[in-house]
Amino acid sequence: MDTLDLARWQFAITTVYHFFFVPVTISLVAITAGLQTAWYRTGKEKYLRLTKFYGKLFLINIAMGVVTGLVQEFQFGMNWSDYSRFVGDVFGAPLALEGILAFFLESTFIGLWIFGWERLPRLVHLGCIWMVVLGTQLSAYFILAANSWMQNPVGFRYNASRGRAELTDVWAVLTNKVVLVTYPHTIFAAFMVGGAFVAGVALWHLIRRPLVDHDVFRTALKIGAVIVIAAGAGVAISGDQQGKVMTEVQPMKMAAAEALYETEKPASFSVFTVGTLDGSREIFSVKLPHLLSFLATGNFNGEVKGINSLQAAYEQLYGPGSYKPNIPLTYWTFRLMIGVGMASAVLAVWLLWVTRRGRAPARWLIWVAAPLPLLPLLANTFGWIFTETGRQPWLVFGLLPTASGVSPGTTSGEVITSLVGFTVLYGVLAVVEAKLMLRTIRGGLAGTDGPAPSPDDAPDDAAKPLSFAY
Amino acid sequence: MELTTVWFLAIAGLWIGYFVLEGFDFGVGTLLRVLGRNEPERRAVITTIGPVWDGNEVWLIVAGGATFAAFPEWYATLFSGFYLPLFAILVSLILRGVALEYRGKRDDLVWRGRMDTMITVGSVLPALLWGLTFANLVRGVPLDDSFEYVGTFGDLLSPFALLGAVAFTAVFVAHGAIFLALRTTDDLRARANRLASRAGLVAAVLVIVFLAWAQTIRGDTGSWIVAAAAVVAFAGGLVANWVRREGWAFLGTALAVGLAVASLFAAMFPAVMPSTLDPQSTLTTVDAASTPYTLKVLTIIAGIFLPLVMLYQGWTYWVFRKRITVEPVAVSESAT
Ligand code: HDD
Ligand code: HEM
Ligand code: HEM
Repeated sequence: MDTLDLARWQFAITTVYHFFFVPVTISLVAITAGLQTAWYRTGKEKYLRLTKFYGKLFLINIAMGVVTGLVQEFQFGMNWSDYSRFVGDVFGAPLALEGILAFFLESTFIGLWIFGWERLPRLVHLGCIWMVVLGTQLSAYFILAANSWMQNPVGFRYNASRGRAELTDVWAVLTNKVVLVTYPHTIFAAFMVGGAFVAGVALWHLIRRPLVDHDVFRTALKIGAVIVIAAGAGVAISGDQQGKVMTEVQPMKMAAAEALYETEKPASFSVFTVGTLDGSREIFSVKLPHLLSFLATGNFNGEVKGINSLQAAYEQLYGPGSYKPNIPLTYWTFRLMIGVGMASAVLAVWLLWVTRRGRAPARWLIWVAAPLPLLPLLANTFGWIFTETGRQPWLVFGLLPTASGVSPGTTSGEVITSLVGFTVLYGVLAVVEAKLMLRTIRGGLAGTDGPAPSPDDAPDDAAKPLSFAY
Repeated sequence: MELTTVWFLAIAGLWIGYFVLEGFDFGVGTLLRVLGRNEPERRAVITTIGPVWDGNEVWLIVAGGATFAAFPEWYATLFSGFYLPLFAILVSLILRGVALEYRGKRDDLVWRGRMDTMITVGSVLPALLWGLTFANLVRGVPLDDSFEYVGTFGDLLSPFALLGAVAFTAVFVAHGAIFLALRTTDDLRARANRLASRAGLVAAVLVIVFLAWAQTIRGDTGSWIVAAAAVVAFAGGLVANWVRREGWAFLGTALAVGLAVASLFAAMFPAVMPSTLDPQSTLTTVDAASTPYTLKVLTIIAGIFLPLVMLYQGWTYWVFRKRITVEPVAVSESAT
């Protein structure tokens, strides 16, 4: 393998890994903030206990999100220096915005929230967690704006003498039509994970320890399941819009997602295929007529371009070469994203049904508790792998091929060192974090009735040391 | 002033912010087992930086992001050229961050011991490596005419760079000890104070040699003055520490760290990556910069939001201004 392949593997591994924690963080912090708000408004003890319990799980998770994010930022320069030179003028702006607006907000207010239970007036303390929520949302928006620019470059001009893209309209970058659909889709997808996590944990407790904190976990199960269902609807609606924008800006990705070799009108959506997916031989496949036309164009009889005609058109435009992404990969990840993710929404509906009006969940449902959050998490991973590999062979669509972005001076020895180093470290950390999570989940609500947060009037009297956090 | 110069100053400012703030985090982490002799003490030591270390680290993220945006060439050359040190810094920061967040999550002394080791390693290593990196920045590295780093890892290990590594670390240790003395009570405070005095003397010698050497390599009158001011501030901090005026002492070392880093940037300007090969291949602010439009956008954003950031980060320090006492209770509270 040369440095290019190694760098690509490294990017894929570190980014997919970062994105295991990101959706959990984005959604769990908002859910925690919601629970704390419910406690603030109603004064009900159960909301406070849930706030502390899920808040603690959120903190375990965000620690990993933060440290893996650091790697993300550095590796653009380390492994992709020519890419950085090419895009820095445009891409750097949203990234810098993310740091200045979002990360400072998140990291500062999270410290205030963790350590501020006994120091801050209740309302101010509640405000702190909402500031963290705001931070995660801004951070998601800006980084997605950066990513969307790579999918659909706008608001720039190409400077041939310096060989780089230059920003001409920052507003166009921030309101790229791709980010306008990607942001809601990603956020809804994140809430599917968080909702499923809250529900899965609650389900486990209800079955394993039916006599302990039963009411509290019933509430959590219901909240979680409802979030999954609502977010599932949001994901489907926004995904549909995304499909249309994608067909417009990257028709090859849509064709590859369907392994559609010849242009069709109307086109049918392929549910699955047994065969080779190279266009030559199809053993068996299930198709839903007209659906692809609708997904791609909004019209049940619309025309969807096939891979072969797009390849020919791109050769005209960009010169000889292959402009096809890895077809089996895009085909299957697209299906798995939708299938696996939607399965979790179906599970959530079903859970609400079997636990309706005080019914206890059957014991065997314990087997649903773990897959429930894992399904939407995997769907997120599949969705991203689809999005990113479907863009290939381009790093910046139509402008910069992936092969031209890699650092010219970096040796394969260096990349191997960091690739192996990060992979091993990430593997070990995954085990540590999973164990800690499970332990904390098993510990349940014990301890969440600990020190009462400070009363509104005397925040500064808390002569008590910071006994809460570390 | 040229926008490129403004942004050179801004990037220098972000690094100064990073080293002043995270510098004492590194120091505290390094001293964790030295000053914290048992679990309650170590817990107190860590709690002094608990609410703030993550916010401090974001100064690094923003320094990186802003360099990417304002000087893409600089970002690309620096990060790909200093590949292995940066990789080691990332690994250390990962270990440290995870350990800081996870140590209190289990009531188990073996677990906490392991996390403490990770915190110490994750504090010493980055301190050394940042020193190495910045010394090399000033000294210059082999760049070819397309501003690509063409040296090897060995080229980064000159005596001057190694001195930089040790000097940075020693200063952070003194800075961290003074921070601890400022933030704790009783016995722990007294020990931190004494340690700061001793470590401070060693650091002072190293820093004087390092800064003088740096200025002879690449300095002008202006940068010499800044470097001298750094030494004066450091000495002032040590004297204040000696007479147990911890607030003034901390101000002194904070100023010293800031001025020392400033003197390195001042010595380089207008180069951002001096080349040791052909002077033509030295990367300057103008070669490295983004377009005026991008710089203007960045200026507006940073002009509005950075002051805001300083305000709320300052507020955090105010909220947690109370000294931390060592609590005799055994490990038992659960964290949120
Ligand atoms: C729980 C996770 C989840 C679920 C259930 C779905 N998606 Fe999704 N999808 C993602 C999570 C996701 C994502 C967060 O992983 C991606 C990657 C990039 C992005 O914007 O969101 C994504 C990308 C993505 C793209 C690629 C956009 C591009 O590359 O430009 C399309 C067209 C869709 N989705 C469409 C759908 C449709 C029609 C769905 C169901 C009806 C659907 N998604 C369910
Ligand atoms: C939103 C911010 C993101 C940006 C700016 C970004 C940018 C990049 C870049 C620069 C590469 C390397 C070049 C290449 O191989 O094409 C890449 C590849 C890749 N990214 Fe992303 N990415 C982002 C989000 C994600 C996420 C969240 C995931 C997965 C969870 C992901 C998965 C991948 C994969 C699998 C590749 C390898 C593709 C290949 O080389 O074939 N990306 N992306
Ligand atoms: C490849 C591009 C990416 C880069 C360079 C990147 C960078 C970072 C950095 C530096 C951090 C640590 C911030 C801190 O210390 O507080 C971080 C965390 C975070 N990132 Fe990423 N990230 C990338 C992809 C993504 C994507 C695609 C999303 C969301 C859609 C995202 C959302 C977040 C969030 C919400 C956090 C804070 C919460 C957490 O740490 O889990 N990131 N990221």
